[in-house]
Amino acid sequence: MEEIIFYILAAILVIFAIASVTSRKMLRSVIYLLFVLCGIAGIYFLIDYNFLAAIQLTIYAGGIIVLIIFSVFLVHHIELQLELAKPGKQLLTALACLTGLGLFLVTIYLHPFEVVENTNTISTAEVGNLLLSYTEGGFILPFEVISVLLLAAMVGAIVIAKGKKLSTNNQSTE
Amino acid sequence: MKYGLSIITTIHDWLYSVMPEWLAGLVEMILIALVYLGIFSIAGLFLVLMERRVAAWFQLRVGPNRVGFQGLLQTMADALKLLSKELTGTEKADKFLYNLAPYFVIVTSLMALAVIPFTKEFHAFDINIGILFLIAISSIGVIGILLGGWSSNNKYALIGAMRSGVQTISYELSVGLSLLTMILLTGTLQLSEIIEVQKSGWLIVQGHIPAIIAFMIFMISGTAETNRAPFDMVEAESELGAGFHTEYSGMKFAYFFLAEFINMFIIAAIATTVFFGGWLSPFGITESIPWLGVLWFLIKTLLLVFLMMWFRWTFPRLRVDQLLTLEWKYLLPINLVNIVLMALLVWGNLIIKF
Repeated sequence: MEEIIFYILAAILVIFAIASVTSRKMLRSVIYLLFVLCGIAGIYFLIDYNFLAAIQLTIYAGGIIVLIIFSVFLVHHIELQLELAKPGKQLLTALACLTGLGLFLVTIYLHPFEVVENTNTISTAEVGNLLLSYTEGGFILPFEVISVLLLAAMVGAIVIAKGKKLSTNNQSTE
Repeated sequence: MKYGLSIITTIHDWLYSVMPEWLAGLVEMILIALVYLGIFSIAGLFLVLMERRVAAWFQLRVGPNRVGFQGLLQTMADALKLLSKELTGTEKADKFLYNLAPYFVIVTSLMALAVIPFTKEFHAFDINIGILFLIAISSIGVIGILLGGWSSNNKYALIGAMRSGVQTISYELSVGLSLLTMILLTGTLQLSEIIEVQKSGWLIVQGHIPAIIAFMIFMISGTAETNRAPFDMVEAESELGAGFHTEYSGMKFAYFFLAEFINMFIIAAIATTVFFGGWLSPFGITESIPWLGVLWFLIKTLLLVFLMMWFRWTFPRLRVDQLLTLEWKYLLPINLVNIVLMALLVWGNLIIKF
């Protein structure tokens, strides 16, 4: 049963991944990408990583995709189609993709995977403790670094969006 | 459900006795899916009827009362009418996305329905991250609205969809944070365990002040998430025609319509589960008759649904800037302070328990 579901999910992933890069309508490829991300969440559910699956759905499917859809709304009209690249470029991209694919396949087939018996499902408390622990295997440092990064990104976005207003306001108060 | 459970186990045993294991599992899954589809459509239709009767009551009218006893079959007749209508669409729409959009909305609300515990046994998918799963699913539902609005190739639909996106992304934060406040009390995300915790007092009593604040924030942001009045900027009839579903007709329109009502039911059901003890009876008066749980659950949920309808017919619609000010300048800061308050409460063991 699980094997069948895995193959169905894998087929969905591959088909929609290819569809999302070949589609010439921008929003359609975003939706194909959404299906790919949901498929990945499905694989996480299959191996009992419920927490990761829900995070995948919230952040990628619910957050990132909605943001991408928004930017498509702002720049793209429904009748527009993406241009086809020149043959030379197409060839170059195909070569690059094939090299990447080959590299991945070689690594995957050469790596000796160890079959892990079904481990217990991870509880939320464990995830929380691990996220805040500073001992070995803890994630407090990346957690904090990411929060600083996000703060910087937010400040940057505000400055870019309101840059002129901010500087004129400062001058008038001086 | 004592009797219900015995029927389910009988069917389960019978299926496994006549079929090979994998086929029986598959048939069982399909049966459960059909049961939930049935609940979905029936609950949706009767909620529409309830909305119309409540609206009529608030406006001193009678409301639909001709088809069947007290108009009980009115929405069934409406559904049949919608089924027989022609499906029209715009010429220059993106047909694929246009047809896909209603299913997004429907599938996400069906998936959310699956994790809601109706009683102890009537609970299709008791996942250990229940609440997080609900939040995750509800964040996908908005994609259907965005797609429907954009692919209709209609400016009113597009504006409606954009408003919906802004609104849902903002208010999702408040829904998540107010539920997180209650998670501090329960210490688990699993919905069945959250109800188990409430055997010693409903969470709204256990957590008293911060819990009540969290409940109010949850109901406000939940109403906003379902795009209902006073937050129905998405389909503001006076400005946008019908908003994102302007171009939809017949059954495809009905999908959006039903999903909106089911989402309202889901928000009320989450509030019931997290704040009001789910299927637990008040003071445990019917603890010896477990199948009454579904009744208690429905009573509480429908009361909260009534509350949301009451909002709709009491408050005028907000402007977009007021909507965003409410979320980002009021609800979010209150919520963050509330979480700290709740943490102090749990830390100082100031919880009221019976």
